[in-house]
Amino acid sequence: MSALHIVNQAAAPVINAIAGPKIDFTVIMPILIMLGAACAGVLVEALLPRRSRYATQVVLTIGAILAAGVWTFFYGFKQRYAVTFAGSVAVDQATYVTWGVLLVLALASVMLMADRISEPGGAFIAQAAPAAVLARRARTGTITPMQTEVFPLTLFAISGMLVFPASADLITLFVGLEVLSLPLYLLCGLARRRRLISQEAAVKYFLLGAFASAILLYGIALLYGYAGSLRLADIATASQAGGRGDVLLLAGMALLVVGLLFKGSVGPFHTWTPDVYQGAPTPVTAFMAACTKVAAFSTMLRVFYSAFAPSVWDWKGTLWGVAIASMLIGAVLGITQSEIKRMLAYSSVAHAGFMLLGVLALSENGMTGTFFYLLTYGFATIGALALVTLVRNADGEATQVSQWAGLAKKSPVVAALMTIFLLSFAGIPLTSGFIGKLTIFSAAMESGMGSLVVVAMIATAITAFFYLKIVVLMYFADPLPDGPSVTVPGGLTFTVVAACGLVTVALGVVPSVVIDMMAVQLPLLS
Amino acid sequence: MKDFPFLLIILLLPILGAIVVGSMKGASAATVKLVALAFTLVEFALVVALWIAFKAGAPGFQYSLSAEWIPALGLNFSVGVDGVSLVMIALIALLLPIVLGASWEEKLPAGRTIGGYFALLLVLESTMIAVFAATDVLVFYFAFELMLIPMYFLIGAFGGPARTYAATKFFLYSLFGGLMMLASVIGLYVVSKDYLPGGKGTLDWATLRGIAHQIPVSTQLWIFAGFAIAFAIKAPLFPLHGWLPDAGAEAPVGSGTLVVGVLDKVGTFGFLRICLPLLPAASTKLAWLIITLSVIGIFYGGILAAGQNDLKRFVTYTSIAHFGFIAMGVFAFSTQAMTGAIFYMVAHGLATGLLFLVVGMLTQRGGSRLVADYGGVWKVAPILGGMFLIGSLATIALPGTSSFIAEFLVLLGTFSTIPAWASVATVGIVVAAVYMLWIFQRTMTGPVRGSAVLMDPVPTLVPVHSGAGTPAGAGSASVGPAEPAGTHPDSQAEAHSVVHAHAPRPRARFGDLNAREILVLTPLVALIVLLGVYPKPVLDVINPAAVGIISDSGHSDPSPTIQGAGK
Repeated sequence: MSALHIVNQAAAPVINAIAGPKIDFTVIMPILIMLGAACAGVLVEALLPRRSRYATQVVLTIGAILAAGVWTFFYGFKQRYAVTFAGSVAVDQATYVTWGVLLVLALASVMLMADRISEPGGAFIAQAAPAAVLARRARTGTITPMQTEVFPLTLFAISGMLVFPASADLITLFVGLEVLSLPLYLLCGLARRRRLISQEAAVKYFLLGAFASAILLYGIALLYGYAGSLRLADIATASQAGGRGDVLLLAGMALLVVGLLFKGSVGPFHTWTPDVYQGAPTPVTAFMAACTKVAAFSTMLRVFYSAFAPSVWDWKGTLWGVAIASMLIGAVLGITQSEIKRMLAYSSVAHAGFMLLGVLALSENGMTGTFFYLLTYGFATIGALALVTLVRNADGEATQVSQWAGLAKKSPVVAALMTIFLLSFAGIPLTSGFIGKLTIFSAAMESGMGSLVVVAMIATAITAFFYLKIVVLMYFADPLPDGPSVTVPGGLTFTVVAACGLVTVALGVVPSVVIDMMAVQLPLLS
Repeated sequence: MKDFPFLLIILLLPILGAIVVGSMKGASAATVKLVALAFTLVEFALVVALWIAFKAGAPGFQYSLSAEWIPALGLNFSVGVDGVSLVMIALIALLLPIVLGASWEEKLPAGRTIGGYFALLLVLESTMIAVFAATDVLVFYFAFELMLIPMYFLIGAFGGPARTYAATKFFLYSLFGGLMMLASVIGLYVVSKDYLPGGKGTLDWATLRGIAHQIPVSTQLWIFAGFAIAFAIKAPLFPLHGWLPDAGAEAPVGSGTLVVGVLDKVGTFGFLRICLPLLPAASTKLAWLIITLSVIGIFYGGILAAGQNDLKRFVTYTSIAHFGFIAMGVFAFSTQAMTGAIFYMVAHGLATGLLFLVVGMLTQRGGSRLVADYGGVWKVAPILGGMFLIGSLATIALPGTSSFIAEFLVLLGTFSTIPAWASVATVGIVVAAVYMLWIFQRTMTGPVRGSAVLMDPVPTLVPVHSGAGTPAGAGSASVGPAEPAGTHPDSQAEAHSVVHAHAPRPRARFGDLNAREILVLTPLVALIVLLGVYPKPVLDVINPAAVGIISDSGHSDPSPTIQGAGK
């Protein structure tokens, strides 16, 4: 009796102590919308008849992204900031900006994925399992429409991308990383054409990605050993206080950062990038190049600013080296490429190096600059890859650079738009890429990284060489007799290309509004 | 009159013209050309009005316009003109109608239209004017880079056989320089935050000039390096000149004239607009380097010009030699040399413009750019020969031509501060006489000779379809006569006899300049002579600006002012 009494008495406070944490549903609603839509998408696949799935999925996906976007913008402007989920998710100004950039770019990518006119039946295979044999049959026979699982997979990936940069502790960060990565591995293997190279890309990405995740997780374990906590803020406090062995901190940080750099395809951790960009269906390449980069770099921003800023002097030199390596690897190897998607992949490695400058600046301007650069780079990349989907011959996309010879004569509009995107990559004024470079490099210069900026300028000049190679081919070379033709784009692709072109020019001429929206104040919540 | 937004209209009118010309798809080539010409003439009239309303000697910029552009970064779009930019804008506005007129019957590569060519020239005009009118360093940078794009297509789409190579080389050189400059622009912006109230950065030229003397030398040197690389590529100074011969030679005559006539001056203009006033300490400290490179350039350009066997490349190398004089004048830090250098920018634009256009008219007639293919042209085309002579004499800077005043002022002014270099550079004038007179002698004088000048001596041997009768069948000139000569040994002997002028009367492949071409060249000839005799109107505008730049750069004159400025 008395024993029972004691148990009861003891139990009561314990139950109180593990009462669920207070959750601010308002701030995490974009994540919930995306996850909910993803689950609904799975149900659509299971329950609806095949013929009505495509339309439902497209409406559901685009609707969900729009809803999450509107929510983000609304509460972002209302400055509704909070740390919730028992301190594991931080929704602050930087998070809202990241989400906004992510959702806008995701919308464009998803519209590319949904297009079934440029490539009849869509860019995705109807059944992922078979290899090249069935794909060849599909070319001769009737065209089976694409698999619609890509939409819920994409939604899951976007959910992970939303969680990733909002995580205030390392476990949430890892969960976000896995949720965003797993669907991407699958999406890479779903190309309708060139099945083997697509499957190869998926396997490569999966194996290397799994290694990177493991390395990142090991880093998390070491950091826990160092700080006794998984929260970013606690790691910062611990390193500020000092008195502990720095080996754990630096080793843990190195491993963690390697995982992040891998996702952001920063050289020398970029080796997967060219193969995967080349093999993946082009809309997925666009999605990865734009959105995964946003997620990876915004997470790097949060981790560096929230957790590692106090120990900056210990790791600065190494990361300067990484940034230089990335810029030069991307620029130099890009010259040697003869395939457009691989060339864009190396260009993305070089651009990742530029963005790393913004991250390393560790200042408000650096953060704003990185966000702006991510947005401009994302739009230009999606636009360029969308154009790649339009230039086709009998075997699908004509991705050899040489096949683009004389394209300006066949389709002046496609050539002109491609030129705009390439000039934006090269940072020519009146394109968004120039303002991106201006903001990020001035932030870097302010933080005393003048020498890195000079390296970045040299790298930019080198990258300009291979961008220019495409322009030269398109405008000054004669078309090949059996060269590719330009397909009339479907409405969705057309919208995406037009919007990307418009944004690339508009952000180059009047960037003020967007820069003001992205002005972030430090410190971040954590 | 003062409130009339002259400058904005001058900046936008060519763009508008380009849009109009570019959108005239259905119209005949003649209409398109006339519309384009009308735009450049109106533009020229506006610039003349601007000059008349310009108050010479008034401090600061006139016709200034400024609008907020990226407030988050404290950047403005602002333009204005002072004496230097006024004369350069006038030069551009003058050259454009001339260039259009000279390109009237330009033979473009297959598939290109004259409308596209003229539209790009108009876009180029706008961007070039913007470079000279910019009063914000970022606007300057913007225009500097944007200038590349129309020029790139002008060379790459409309140029000679190696146009793609030349266009790519031009673009990469310039882009590399531009990016180095961007690093410096950003550096200047970041540094300005330390010296301005509120820590707000700016790239406004006047504000930066105000704080220029506070920036430590070490910082200035880094910033100077980036700008100097960009301007030295553009100018071009000696080791960075590699793009110019290719770009100049492969560009069609019209845009080539603008490359050597105006585009290059952006480099020297950048030195005196940005380096000297905004980075005075660094400019003073590194003046020896620029002057050394300039003097090397004077001789290097001159010697290579003498050795050229390609007429258009020859003109570009003479240009490199002259830029040595201009850059030396800029960095000599005396008002005379500075005035001379600015005046040289105009004089060189006129002289080289004339020479390049005449060479273009000649090579188009002969269908070959090789010096060896020409000889005795004077006898065949006396007016062309005369124009070539005037261009040559202006290039040598003979007294009575505008270049003489310029070169004389530069050397005089340089002598007052750095006599040794001035003495060495004077020898460069002799080199100029050597390469210029030698090429004149080889192409213009003597008996009529050369495969590009002579009609094939035995016309019946030439296959009819090779077009021996048409003046400028490109490529046929050198190949055409060789082929039949090989198969018929007799004809070879006959050809030799013609070369040695034993034949009664050699028949030339082309005639003299036509009325349009004479009309196009006349304004240049007139101005070369007029400014050579009476330079006062231009010097009056330039001199106050030069005085301002010298005092901004923290120097004072050894001798007070110039007598030649005609006070």
